[in-house]
Amino acid sequence: MKTRAKLFLAGIVVLAVVCGCGERSQVVAYKSGKYQGKTDSNPWDSAPGASLYTTSKWTGGDKTSWETAIRTRNQGQNEYNRTE
Amino acid sequence: MARMKFLCDAERCIECNGCVTACKQENEVPWGVNRRRVVTINDGVPGEKSISVACMHCSDAPCMAVCPTDCFYRTEQGVVLHDKDLCIGCGYCFYACPFGAPQYPQEGVFGMRGKMDKCTFCAGGPEKDFSKEEFNKYGSNRLAQGKLPACAEMCSTKALLAGDADTVADIFRTRVLKRGKGSEVWGWGTAYGKPDNPQAQPPQGAKS
Repeated sequence: MKTRAKLFLAGIVVLAVVCGCGERSQVVAYKSGKYQGKTDSNPWDSAPGASLYTTSKWTGGDKTSWETAIRTRNQGQNEYNRTE
Repeated sequence: MARMKFLCDAERCIECNGCVTACKQENEVPWGVNRRRVVTINDGVPGEKSISVACMHCSDAPCMAVCPTDCFYRTEQGVVLHDKDLCIGCGYCFYACPFGAPQYPQEGVFGMRGKMDKCTFCAGGPEKDFSKEEFNKYGSNRLAQGKLPACAEMCSTKALLAGDADTVADIFRTRVLKRGKGSEVWGWGTAYGKPDNPQAQPPQGAKS
């Protein structure tokens, strides 16, 4: 019984000693003048169907077709297109 | 495509605050934070002018220059965004910004300043597109939906234009030619008067 208790105690001590080993540093190492945040994806990367509310049409991953879709949509702000 | 820009036509703005409401609704911006607001110059005086102001996504953005944690980045379309996981809410960008764009939510019992929040040109942020995290931190990602900022698309008088700089300039040029006045664009010199990457420009002046 005594040996069991000793073993148990030794186990706890070992756990307490090594538990910090798995800890990752949570401090950001800043490099001056460089963005070190998460990377962002391009708006044309996802296909039009990826969102529920998509109205424009373009090919997923194709920058040129997305730009064309945006330019077409942009003309919606030109009221002369509608009034003339 | 050149780059994304905002343009506010002071001749047309009627101070209806539709853009402010559209922004609030689209991005579910918390109480006390205004990514966009309408400013009236010479209020009450005949000839007063109103303009809709938000982050202009400057070419040589002062906020990017002063940020101690370098949490800002510029997308390929020229939209200035930031990573809220890196922001420490120091407020430097607020002092640097000529448009007063950076906003800080008041958090905690002592009114502690939270992480900076600003207009994202409805382009979301550095999280997975259309994810819950992206919406909670940065708001809607309309550009990835093939749309343009809600404020400009909702503007009833089309005073606020947003989108590809060339297209926006074309729309405004036609408008000015038709009405024959009001060619001044508020804030464009401040926001887009400098090159995108000043370091990459050849040195000016005489040879040494």
